[in-house]
Amino acid sequence: MLGTISETDLDSTLAALADQTRRAIVARLARGEASVMELAEPFAMTQPAISKHLKVLERAGLITRRRDAQRRPCRLEPKRLQQLSEWVGGYRQFWEESYERLDDYLQQLQAKEKPSVIKKARSHRRSK
Amino acid sequence: MSSRKLEVIADPNEPTIITRRTVDAPRELVFDCWTKPEHMRRWLGPRALTMISCEVDLRVGGGYRYVHRAPDGQEYAFRGEYREIVRPSRLVATFVFELFPDAEALETLTLTETDGKTLVTTHTLHKTMAARDGHLNSGMEGGMVEGYSRLDELVAALQ
Repeated sequence: MLGTISETDLDSTLAALADQTRRAIVARLARGEASVMELAEPFAMTQPAISKHLKVLERAGLITRRRDAQRRPCRLEPKRLQQLSEWVGGYRQFWEESYERLDDYLQQLQAKEKPSVIKKARSHRRSK
Repeated sequence: MSSRKLEVIADPNEPTIITRRTVDAPRELVFDCWTKPEHMRRWLGPRALTMISCEVDLRVGGGYRYVHRAPDGQEYAFRGEYREIVRPSRLVATFVFELFPDAEALETLTLTETDGKTLVTTHTLHKTMAARDGHLNSGMEGGMVEGYSRLDELVAALQ
């Protein structure tokens, strides 16, 4: 619930990833920059068809394309994927962090407890 | 050694979420941390959030309500009603995230103690799979959990 991604960005990111080809492109770009031609290679698709997919990914902020003469290589923007992952993992994150705080707090609470209680706990542990 | 790792289990066929985590304290204290506002304020929720209010009426039929505030000023309120209170081993209560008031869930907290350490098990039962997935994904539409699990691997590979 606390992801740093806006609702609008979330809509476009999820829509962009709701397609097998575009997910495969993202996975390929995770290994490094690639040109449209290189990206088109593993698919039975024309370069203009791949370019359309790239535009969707670009608008969603998942990839960027830089000018390099005629090549315009694509690269992944890890930030957007990171935001998405944080958002998907919201529940786990909420509880992981809560439990870490609980660990610290319990330690504080038990340090303040009466010595007799601590002694009892120690002897209990030793007897095991 | 007991593991400090949080387990989160979402059943593929039932609208449940089970979590398990061990904490280094006797269960009386852990139970109190779950049910006393002065304790709850100190740990419940991520660090970035401040719990700005917490009310508890610890009786069967009584309820609780707490509100978190995020750094951007957004507030998130949660409430529920206690159904079963067996200190220090078991607590059953309803749970509602007030942004989605219709998605009421039933939560069961079970505390078991071994050698002064407490295994905390939470069992959350939702009315529908969609509500469960919504809870897990914190607002995401249902049925997309599996589809995006690969993203985690991808993100991990990027770091």
